[in-house]
Amino acid sequence: MTPKIETKNLQLYYGAHHALKGIDFSANANTVTALIGPSGCGKSTFLRCFNRMNDLIDGCDVEGQILIDGMNINDRYLNVDELRKKVGMVFQKPNPFPKSIFENVAYGLRINGINEKKILEEKVEKALKQAALWEEVKDNLKKSAMSISGGQQQRLCIARALAVEPSLVLMDEPTSALDPISTSKVEELIYQLKEKYTILIVTHNMQQAARVSDKTAFFYIGEMIEYNDTTEIFTNPKIERTQNYITGRFG
Amino acid sequence: MTHLETELGKLKGDITGMFILVQKQLNKSIQSLLAMDKDLAREIIAAEKRVNAEELKIDRVCENIVALFNPVAVDLRLVFASFKINSHLERMGDNAKGIARYVLEMNEKFDTELIEKLQLKEMFSAANKMIDENIAAFENGDSSKARLVFEMDERVDAINFAATNIVADYIKANTDKTVHLLNLMSIIRKLERVGDLQANIAEEIIFYVDAEVLKHDKSFHNKL
Ligand SMILES: Nc1ncnc2c1ncn2[C@@H]1O[C@H](COP(=O)(O)OP(=O)(O)O)[C@@H](O)[C@H]1O
Ligand SMILES: [Mg+2]
Repeated sequence: MTPKIETKNLQLYYGAHHALKGIDFSANANTVTALIGPSGCGKSTFLRCFNRMNDLIDGCDVEGQILIDGMNINDRYLNVDELRKKVGMVFQKPNPFPKSIFENVAYGLRINGINEKKILEEKVEKALKQAALWEEVKDNLKKSAMSISGGQQQRLCIARALAVEPSLVLMDEPTSALDPISTSKVEELIYQLKEKYTILIVTHNMQQAARVSDKTAFFYIGEMIEYNDTTEIFTNPKIERTQNYITGRFG
Repeated sequence: MTHLETELGKLKGDITGMFILVQKQLNKSIQSLLAMDKDLAREIIAAEKRVNAEELKIDRVCENIVALFNPVAVDLRLVFASFKINSHLERMGDNAKGIARYVLEMNEKFDTELIEKLQLKEMFSAANKMIDENIAAFENGDSSKARLVFEMDERVDAINFAATNIVADYIKANTDKTVHLLNLMSIIRKLERVGDLQANIAEEIIFYVDAEVLKHDKSFHNKL
């Protein structure tokens, strides 16, 4: 089976700063992989490699291969817009557009040239259902996205990412700004989404990584120190540094 | 030191305390047996309540640590191992009390020559040594000490096995003492159980320290 995503000897520099040091990684389709590690170890940087968001950063240089479905996306001739259709991203803070709930979800679809009302309605409903938000907003789709709660906004952003039917979803600390109830809703959602998507999630919440992911990768100062089944990482990590981190003995 | 480390340190102290408490119970039970000291036997039975209370307290400590700290990896293994060691120790306490019960029922001392022949004192000191090794292994996270316990358990098992024929011969020659001698056999069985429980505890310590599961692995240590 070809892995869904893979990196081979991935090196990333911000100017002179070596932020990712030879990462060899692979994840199969329909799995959730959690990326953990202390702040500044390169988790977000790693995540952004899969949608080429690092391209937007001046002086950022990426070497090595980054493969999605076996195709190297670290190629200057790649059509980045096409890539970003396949790869959705959800950020730490919910960042809905100052538009209606409906238009937030329809946004990516419109960009992709879908304007037929019926199709838009269908796809928006489907995405909102997948994001476990439909029941709460179905009677208020015209309401401003800025007027719903933070937890609902984050699920709206997930719906927006899912609407264009990506196959890979990147989440960078998606629940760190949410209350416990919204957090558990999003976690539940992540667990269900892996039926259709492959998910990479950065989290600072160790228990969240343990609850939602199949595999866990521990990063430390630009290196991937240990990568294994989540159950192994949390019961019997092979490397002492990993154990120290997950047991809270250093941070 | 993190808050969790402090709590785990306390838990370890509680388990060591429990070890020492039941080891004392066992020592007293043998002493009371050899001397037919009924006062001491009563003391053991009274102290059993403390063993039970201690067991419940440690269960609660384990439960709280899991609920409040979500321990993982070696920390989680320590809590799980402690939880099970606690219950093995409580059962060892039951065996000591069981011996004390027999002492209360009996009216005469055992024949010294028979006790010698049965190697009762050796059996007892082997069980005691197992407890010592387990305490050291647990306190220092030293699984090599726990691994020694399996061999000692084999010694205890062998003495137990040999006892059946020895006691049977004695019964034939002393039919008037049949009940007395059967009681002695029951006591030996209880000591054998103590050995088994210490071997179970050694397994838990190895799981805690080395993340290795030895249970039901017959090739590693053969139990009768
Ligand atoms: N845009 C940037 N320009 C320069 N350095 C950056 C930039 N983004 C991140 N870094 C540096 O790269 C390292 C990894 O950062 P990041 O991937 O954000 O870590 P994490 O997500 O694990 O907290 C850090 O040392 C950070 O300072
Ligand atoms: Mg980050």
